[in-house]
Amino acid sequence: MKDGLLVRWRSLSERESPLLSWRVAPRLPSMVLVLALLGFAAFLVNVQQGEYPISIPDILKTLLGFDTGNPDHAFVIYTLRLPRTLVAFMVGVALAISGTIFQGLTRNVLADPSIIGINAGASLTAVAVIVLFPAAPIYVLPVAAFLGALLIAVLIYSLAWNRGSSPTLLILLGIGLSAIAGAFTSLMITFGSIYDVSQALVWLAGSVYGRTWEQVFALLPWVGLGIPTALVLSRHLNVLNLGDEIAKGLGSRVEWQRGLLVLVAVALAGASVATAGNIAFVGLIAPHAGRQLIGVNHQNLLPVAALLGGLLVTLADLVGRTVFAPIELPCGVITAVLGAPFFLYLLIYGRSR
Amino acid sequence: MTSQTPSHILKPLRHNRYLGLMLGVLVLLICLLFSITLGARAIPLQTILESFTTFDNSYDHLVVQTLRMPRSLMAVTVGAALAVSGALMQGLTRNPLAETGILGIEAGGALAVVATLFLFGSSSLTVYAAVAFLGAAIAAVTVYGLGSLGRGGATPLNLTLAGAAMTAFISSITTAILIVSQRTLEEIRFWLAGSLAGRDFDLFFQVLPFTVIGLLLAFVLGKQITTLSLGEDIAKGLGQRTVWIKGLTALSVVLLAGSSVAIAGPIGFVGLVVPHTVRFFIKTDYRWILPYSAVLGATLLLVSDIASRVLLKPQELPVGVMTALVGAPAFVYLAKSKVKR
Repeated sequence: MKDGLLVRWRSLSERESPLLSWRVAPRLPSMVLVLALLGFAAFLVNVQQGEYPISIPDILKTLLGFDTGNPDHAFVIYTLRLPRTLVAFMVGVALAISGTIFQGLTRNVLADPSIIGINAGASLTAVAVIVLFPAAPIYVLPVAAFLGALLIAVLIYSLAWNRGSSPTLLILLGIGLSAIAGAFTSLMITFGSIYDVSQALVWLAGSVYGRTWEQVFALLPWVGLGIPTALVLSRHLNVLNLGDEIAKGLGSRVEWQRGLLVLVAVALAGASVATAGNIAFVGLIAPHAGRQLIGVNHQNLLPVAALLGGLLVTLADLVGRTVFAPIELPCGVITAVLGAPFFLYLLIYGRSR
Repeated sequence: MTSQTPSHILKPLRHNRYLGLMLGVLVLLICLLFSITLGARAIPLQTILESFTTFDNSYDHLVVQTLRMPRSLMAVTVGAALAVSGALMQGLTRNPLAETGILGIEAGGALAVVATLFLFGSSSLTVYAAVAFLGAAIAAVTVYGLGSLGRGGATPLNLTLAGAAMTAFISSITTAILIVSQRTLEEIRFWLAGSLAGRDFDLFFQVLPFTVIGLLLAFVLGKQITTLSLGEDIAKGLGQRTVWIKGLTALSVVLLAGSSVAIAGPIGFVGLVVPHTVRFFIKTDYRWILPYSAVLGATLLLVSDIASRVLLKPQELPVGVMTALVGAPAFVYLAKSKVKR
């Protein structure tokens, strides 16, 4: 191949289309390697920084199971910083993949789960649980948030259905539905006790503060299932991205494939909102930066954007924790302050397609 | 828009717009009386009238004169201001979805007030009002400027998206402030939800002149805005100095939106629903759309306020939530039916 390597897993019968067909850009392996290394570096620095700094050799020793001669190290790393950093990275990956899928489907580089209302729906149900049932166990929160995200996605999808799910309409409807969900969220905030409300506000702004292994393991299955499914479906995303008519002409079952992709994107966004609240604009920035690095083929774009997303949220957490210490800003505020101007930049220059 | 309502009812209204407006004012006055009557303690009509004619310092008279009357007047003022500013923005930008809440103008006012409270502690009411105006004005100019830089100019989609992005940006900063300072949160959270309960009447009377100026300016500009809403090229061709008219209209929008944010906090969607409802009766003539919007907006907010007090007695809902529950579905409907793709 001139423009890369074609990898195929052939199914038994030659006539059927292959289950997996991968057009790998020559730059992809090195790009993924570099991004993974950068991600790991950000990860180490995030574990290292804090009120109790630990040197990087000590971190590596502790992680590999050697004794550093200081029992505090194991506690600080394993109980406090490692789960938090892992959550940040996984949430970033999930949001970036979700954003890449939504952008590909709506054929609009501005579509981000936080803009089209998915995150607002997840936030609403989670805040409802925090305020109405303050005694509810922590594992209820992710389930509630996921259901809220799903509800909004189903609403957007069904409202846009009768005209062949027009891409622009999806975004405007998302904004409208966000407003409805937001109204109910303010309702909850007005009536909660002040303690529950300020807890809910930290969560709403998108924060990985105080996340434990419980949250890591709650998030892991979603990410573990969502990423491979997204990668398998990325081929269809390429076709759908050409537009409904062309996709139909090429033999795609448009509504089915789109529904499946939406489901994966919602599952990833909902699970990450459930774990870390509304971290906005990651699904906007990561895919766009990914396109600059590797191009528009979604089979290459998805892994690159995913790693960029993980890197972004880890760094945002690092900045939020350290810049204004001892006050800790939620990483969602950092990504929004970065992302909203970027959104506007894209609005002005980016919609050239 | 094609109106589906039976034409034999609407015809007399279309033919006699003064009559329609009088009818609207009459309905508004009846709602106003209801608003004063209803509450934790029902006060009979007789007593209300007596409090105006022969005020005797009794408990009921005090409640009417110092609590219910000012609150109802606030609802009327804010409702009219929001509806007229919405109508103006829709005419100015030729965007059916334009509205102060959606375009991030209210978020701008809210951030300005929260930031002032956070940085300087409690300040005088005049400062809050001024700051709310400033925040609203900056947000309005920024959103319109950025939205019109997008591909195809200030299209509904560009403006709405720019507004959504600005709202996200601004409210994330507001949230950050509220997280850092719990004191600010305690003082301001009911205001942030958009409500007419427990508002400062002194602030209301300080802001009122700005609202009145904004409304008068809007009514005076009605004819020019009708021309402008045909398109800038046509308006220029008809000899209009569009830059001036646009600037004055924007000034009126900022006066109206800023004063309503200062009085009642962000109350969304009144400016969206009301002008579109008015356009069922009056298609394009802003000389009539604007006053009708004022009357209908005042009525809508008054009714929403009554509902927010009565529905969950003794709890009180923020009126901004009520209007969003009515208005956001209307936004969804308008987005589906009116935005060209």
